[in-house]
Amino acid sequence: MTTSSYPILIIIVPLMTSFLIPLVGWWRKSFCYPLMIAALSISTFSSFATLNEVIEQGTLHYYLGNWDPPWGIEYVFDHLNAFVAVIVSVISLLIGISSKSMVEREFSQKATYFYCLFLLQVTGLLGIVVTGDAFNLYVFLEIASLAGYALIAIGEDGAPFASFNYMLYGTVGACFYLLGVGYLYILTGSLNMADLARLLPGLYHSKVVLMAFAFFIVGVAIKMALFPVHVWLPDAYTYAPSAVSSLVAPLTTKVGAYVAIRIMYTIFAPSFTKDLVPAATILSWVSASAILFGCILALAQTDLKRMLAYVLVAEVGYIALGIGLANKNGLTGAILHIQNDALMMASLFLAVGVLASKTGLRSIYQFKNIHKKMPITMAIFVVAALSVIGIPPTCGFFSKWYLLLGAIDEHQWLFVAVLLASSLFNAILFFRVIEIVYFSPSEECEHGAGPEGKSLDEAPLSVLIPMILLALGILLLGVLSGKIISTIIQFAIPKGL
Amino acid sequence: MEVVPSIRPLLAILISGIAAILILLTGEDRKNLREFWTLLAAILKFFVVISMIPTVLSGKVMEYTLLTLSPGIALQWRVDALGLLFATLASALWIATSFYSIGYMRGLQEHKQTRFYFCFALALHGALGVAFASNLLTVFIFYEILTISTFPLVAHKETPEAIAGGRKYLAYLLTSATLILFSIGFTYYLTGTLDFKAGGFLENSASNSLLCVLFITFILGFGTKAALMPMHEWLPTAMGAPTPVSALLHAVAVVKAGVFCVLRVIFYVFGPKLLFDLNLGLLLAYFASFTILASGMLALVQDNLKKRLAFSTINNLAIIILGAALLSPSAITGGIFLIVGHGFMKIALFFVAGAIYVQTHKENVSELDGIGRAMPVTMGTFAIGAMGIAGIPPLVGFISKWYLGLGSLEAHEIIFLFVLILNALLDIAYFFPIIYRSFFKVAQEPLRAGIQEASMFMVVPAALCAVLSFWLGITPNAFVRFFEMALIATKQILKLG
Repeated sequence: MTTSSYPILIIIVPLMTSFLIPLVGWWRKSFCYPLMIAALSISTFSSFATLNEVIEQGTLHYYLGNWDPPWGIEYVFDHLNAFVAVIVSVISLLIGISSKSMVEREFSQKATYFYCLFLLQVTGLLGIVVTGDAFNLYVFLEIASLAGYALIAIGEDGAPFASFNYMLYGTVGACFYLLGVGYLYILTGSLNMADLARLLPGLYHSKVVLMAFAFFIVGVAIKMALFPVHVWLPDAYTYAPSAVSSLVAPLTTKVGAYVAIRIMYTIFAPSFTKDLVPAATILSWVSASAILFGCILALAQTDLKRMLAYVLVAEVGYIALGIGLANKNGLTGAILHIQNDALMMASLFLAVGVLASKTGLRSIYQFKNIHKKMPITMAIFVVAALSVIGIPPTCGFFSKWYLLLGAIDEHQWLFVAVLLASSLFNAILFFRVIEIVYFSPSEECEHGAGPEGKSLDEAPLSVLIPMILLALGILLLGVLSGKIISTIIQFAIPKGL
Repeated sequence: MEVVPSIRPLLAILISGIAAILILLTGEDRKNLREFWTLLAAILKFFVVISMIPTVLSGKVMEYTLLTLSPGIALQWRVDALGLLFATLASALWIATSFYSIGYMRGLQEHKQTRFYFCFALALHGALGVAFASNLLTVFIFYEILTISTFPLVAHKETPEAIAGGRKYLAYLLTSATLILFSIGFTYYLTGTLDFKAGGFLENSASNSLLCVLFITFILGFGTKAALMPMHEWLPTAMGAPTPVSALLHAVAVVKAGVFCVLRVIFYVFGPKLLFDLNLGLLLAYFASFTILASGMLALVQDNLKKRLAFSTINNLAIIILGAALLSPSAITGGIFLIVGHGFMKIALFFVAGAIYVQTHKENVSELDGIGRAMPVTMGTFAIGAMGIAGIPPLVGFISKWYLGLGSLEAHEIIFLFVLILNALLDIAYFFPIIYRSFFKVAQEPLRAGIQEASMFMVVPAALCAVLSFWLGITPNAFVRFFEMALIATKQILKLG
């Protein structure tokens, strides 16, 4: 039990601020944005402080309202979720900073409600990560999901329908998860994850446990948009407003992946997941097909944002593959990829959001010579694209390196081939865009856009600075991954692998 | 071997990386300042590189470790004789090429010159990183930087052909990169280390058949950049790039980085002993011999001058690999020294091809009748370079050929001596018609009046390289003691003394 109050600040500050914002917005609309940034900054700072404590002291337990577990709710921070919490809060802060100009441009009259929902979404995601209680996780899952449905529905024409579709899938996923929790509660009488992990091994033969496990996995698979239950994602993230898609795309699926790790390797023992039921094996085969199908479907898209949505489906496949490989290198790759993919997707969706809101264009064929207007945005797009392809020294290479080692360790040559081939697919995907942007004959641009079309029209600083920070992260965290692994990730690998 | 810690390798690599950023920031509007950065970086880089020669010649190695990338793998550079030889060559010729590109790019009023100089500097960053890298992962990082930074140079003209060339280039090199990545991952799986070790580190790590497969994937991977047949197709197509690119990158930095990596794999990963025991050296020698003869014959039928030079490059790269594959001391020395000799000779030839193109816009051999009378210095340079490639004494090409011939006798494989002799005849057959046409044939239609020598920026570097290849032929240890470096590298590889 820790006496430090940082763990609770991670959650409570954005939660309270999100309720405060409608009231403040009623009084002074312009105060909402600074208030949100302040809340996100405190949350980010607290999560860094917590991570620091975890690195120094090991696992932290925070009992909510001083109720002892398993009756009370506890927040547990080990290396895994302290790390994921930092990722979530940092990305939310950066996207929060950049949201201002997009909000003002696209739906300025709804700004108050947007900031409120934005904070609720972040609260939900952070809550999922920090909680050590299976039912509490469900509550946060619903907070995040409901906020997400509302945020996505703000978007353009197809958005309400896409959001409705997402809600149907999301609700099924959440129900499955809740059923899983319920079954385990019937069996053990406990909701606390650590408690469950202690009670369950004796009950592994029970069909109820197997059932609960199956519900968990399918529910989480829907939430993390794992192929073939990814169908809600492309529509939802394509039609969502830029400020929203750049928040939910990098984070929601990653948090889902985190939950998958927790369930498979903390609540249930690795020996159960690997040997008693072939869950890990099934997961790895499903994710290998997710990688391939994501890439192939992305190839078929001409709408840039939609293409990214399918790339995201493939990226989720990478993380899930690492989880499914169930060995040290595979998990290292998966956890590292949670970080790297969050960075890559945040910068890609931000860049595309800027392009779309500045020019109103969406089809990749319309972006000829756009880099003359927005050199920095496009440069960041290229950096993130190279990272998705897995070109060193960007960070995307290093997570793929560990995934590759993990697949080789298991002698799964097919997965090795899938991992390598997917890099080539991604190369085709992104170099197609790069070619259209940078290598189109310039006379067409002069012809189409006129001389004023060539002048510089870069994104505002509030978007550029977060994007540049993300790009620096992509460039630097790759070579620093050795350090990250030796201080954090190697302790985050579930025991027993 | 004594290890001297020193930051100089990192400095030498970083200089061009920093220059690339400065070039990008300076931009098109201040082009004199932009070119100043290129020249400054080239000269500084050369001096940093040659400052390491005395230490390395005394049998020591210089080492710099930046950080740990992954357990047992560091981002580390270690300067040994082989790496320094390649680095000295690349950085010396970068100076010549920088002057030449200024004349060429301005003479043709090429577009997007900032991108050109940026990518060029980045490519040199990659090349030196490859030269100094002390392990396979560090090599791979810089190898990929080299690959990606060269793509915009290949597609520079932005015509459909140039873009098709760029695509082909990426398709070949990225596919081969996946093979390399697999091989590196597998090597790590087998041995737990990736550090180069003179004499290799793979012995007894796996069954013979597995090692054979690994060797083949390594050679297919790195051999693509070295344009080993049948993976050579990209190189002639890439000749659509501006001539400075063909000259420095596609005759020296890029393709030689491929050859260099093949040598590293042969001598520092597998080791001569293991390759000899597995009979893989002989296999590679036959493979290379096929490339030597086939590319020589294909060069005969190319009418496009740069393509003919490209096939001649393929030919010479395969000779270097043949030298290494023979695994006998003289052959290794001859092969390594040919890296230098071919660099100077071929760059002079490409400079000439570019000068002709700038002055007359002619690209085909059949259009060169009588051009030697209008441009005597340029074509004289060509004649010297061509004779050097053909191995006529006293030019530098002869020394390598002589040692290679001795080496094939030392290895008791006399058949390769015949390959070399046949190849010399082919060299003469594809080069001498050009010399004959330009000097002794009278143009069918009179040459456009006013054709004269190209600007001093282009003629001087070309003539200088030709003179140097003559000089090195007489005193192979002139200036920076290339030959001694080749001898020391051979000694280290074979652990003689």
